[in-house]
Amino acid sequence: MIRTPLRPLARILSAREKGENPDHIERENVRLRAETSRAGAQNRAEGRLLLLGMAFFAAFIVVGARMGLLAATDPVEPRAFAAGAEISGRRADITDRNGRILATNLSTHALYAHPKQMVDPPRVAKALAKLFPELNAEDLERRFTDGRSFLWLRRKLSPEQMQAVHDIGDPGLLFGPRDMRLYPNGKLASHILGGSSFGAEGVHSAEVIGTAGVERAMDTRLRDPAQAATALALSIDLTVQTAMQEVLETGMAMMNAKGAAGVMLDVHTGEVVAMVSLPDFDPNDRPSPLLKGDPADSPLFNRALQGVYELGSTAKIFTSAQAMDLGLVDANSMVDANAPMRWGKHKIGEFEGKNYGPLMSVTDVIVKSSNVGTAHLALKIGGERQQAFFKSLGLFDPVPLELTEAPGAGPLIPKRWADIVTITTSYGHGMSVSPMHLAVAYAAIANDGILLPPTLLKRDKIPAGTRVMSAATAASSASMLREVVTRGTASFGEVKGYEVGGKTGTADKVKRGGGYEKGKNINTFAAMFPASDPQYVLVVTLDEASENTGPKPRRTAGWTTVPVAAEVIRRTAPLLGLRPQIEYTPLSEVSAVRP
Amino acid sequence: MRPLLYILSAIVLMSLAFWAYRENYATQRALKDVSRLNQEIADLREGLSQQRAEWAYLNRPSRLRDLAALNFDSLGLLPMEPGQFGRVDQVAYPLPPLEFPQIGDPVDTVGTIDGEVDPL
Repeated sequence: MIRTPLRPLARILSAREKGENPDHIERENVRLRAETSRAGAQNRAEGRLLLLGMAFFAAFIVVGARMGLLAATDPVEPRAFAAGAEISGRRADITDRNGRILATNLSTHALYAHPKQMVDPPRVAKALAKLFPELNAEDLERRFTDGRSFLWLRRKLSPEQMQAVHDIGDPGLLFGPRDMRLYPNGKLASHILGGSSFGAEGVHSAEVIGTAGVERAMDTRLRDPAQAATALALSIDLTVQTAMQEVLETGMAMMNAKGAAGVMLDVHTGEVVAMVSLPDFDPNDRPSPLLKGDPADSPLFNRALQGVYELGSTAKIFTSAQAMDLGLVDANSMVDANAPMRWGKHKIGEFEGKNYGPLMSVTDVIVKSSNVGTAHLALKIGGERQQAFFKSLGLFDPVPLELTEAPGAGPLIPKRWADIVTITTSYGHGMSVSPMHLAVAYAAIANDGILLPPTLLKRDKIPAGTRVMSAATAASSASMLREVVTRGTASFGEVKGYEVGGKTGTADKVKRGGGYEKGKNINTFAAMFPASDPQYVLVVTLDEASENTGPKPRRTAGWTTVPVAAEVIRRTAPLLGLRPQIEYTPLSEVSAVRP
Repeated sequence: MRPLLYILSAIVLMSLAFWAYRENYATQRALKDVSRLNQEIADLREGLSQQRAEWAYLNRPSRLRDLAALNFDSLGLLPMEPGQFGRVDQVAYPLPPLEFPQIGDPVDTVGTIDGEVDPL
């Protein structure tokens, strides 16, 4: 590049000759030079801007074109990927603890109609009404011809029904695939499973949602596509559940009861092995809830969980256990049992006005089920410590089970805890809890004094649990319960080889709005077996049971619930793999095997 | 030299085009196969779950109980009970086979057809 000098000699000289200022020439040249360089920079910047603009334009065109393309094309599944077993659109199965199916899916079809494509609506209406008795021919014909273009007809069709509809042969009748929830065992474990129904429905599919029980409580888990291939294993054992249901059904009929409930817990894991409530229902065809009357009369009502009843004498063992745990008494201490006992304006008596007093041992208080003796123990403990202990046993809160009904099934606790409440709750009156509460609390005694939260799901890892009483207290409470069966109120509870220990409880039914109903009892038997090393806890409750073989009806738990519970144990213990401990007589010389 | 190069590259181009053509169709065929197999897997899986449901339905406890009661004559099935547990030493050993005394020194009797006894 040729640089023009700022002071070209020729022009300077000529300017000097003319007497002009040569500095003007220099300044003029500086200005010109600056102008040229500015013009160059401007050109370069413009060029760059243009390039950048073009690049952005091209990029936006590409993005826009891609978006347009994606929006305009039909969605296609990526075909190159093999569909793995992990992803599935179906609801997961529910199985029992040994993998036997409790709930699964079945592919069926739903029937819908496009009346505008129908060739001969009156004929179709007649043919459909003939196939499905719940459809009305005139009604159908009116709906086919009133100008609508879409109509649901049936939610589920069996393959035979589908073929029959095919045979009608009208193009306006169409089928949509449906996954139907099937409970192959019918009424078995119906209160646990709950039921299901269709949620959002479309022509191509419908979502299945749980309406009650485990189906609803575990809905998110069951619908999670990532876990659809693995079944949800419950802690229930199908065979035990079946045996228990069968025995309770028979027992309910024999004892003229209007309802029955049974709960069996594995004491070392907190798993619910069986839970039965009668009357029950078929979850495949779940009845609608009662609109009037007592909801407790509906078969949907889960007596084992939602039925909160006064415990009756089954609560006495908690009072004696706490008194022993606090060191106030031991199993052989004598307590005042002089009946009737007066407390303010209240009179506390024994069953049939008996008097076991003046003194009896704590063991005998439990064995003979003395109200007065328990009341004296409770007064020694005091209301506050008693409440704290009941709370630690979980009797004040809803049972944390995986059922929709569980959080709503809270116990009924008196608001004010006066001394008389301390006395009555010590032998199980004035406070209502469910059989499940009772089973959990008994399981704590059976599990060396450690309370485990109960569960309906199969447990791989057993939680640590909380200690509610010392192991020694738990052991001596268990042996007291054993004595109740060997020489106390529950003598019918003896099952050879299984060392049943348990406590009976007979409570009058609480009237709606206060007071007790005469002649209407809730009979409970809470048991553990084998008492020397408890493995399982069983609670059986019969509603309004009476044993009518004698001259007058016998309504105590010892006559009604205990034999039923014993039969439950006799039938279920072998199924649970418990070997009876039968006293073994050594073989005599004669029959001994030759070495 | 140059014409040879042109001809060679044309041949290479044509063979590449042929290869690409074949690969394209092979890919499409493979994709079709995969989707057919996927469909088959899905169908089989559905069939399997259908069979499982049917199995569970046919093995429902109430049906088995009824069947056991109906066929009691031939099966003799009863509910499991505590009395059915036993101990190994309560099981009798199999009896030793009956032993007949060894017959030694047999006595022969010989007869004739006409009934005459041979005076041995």
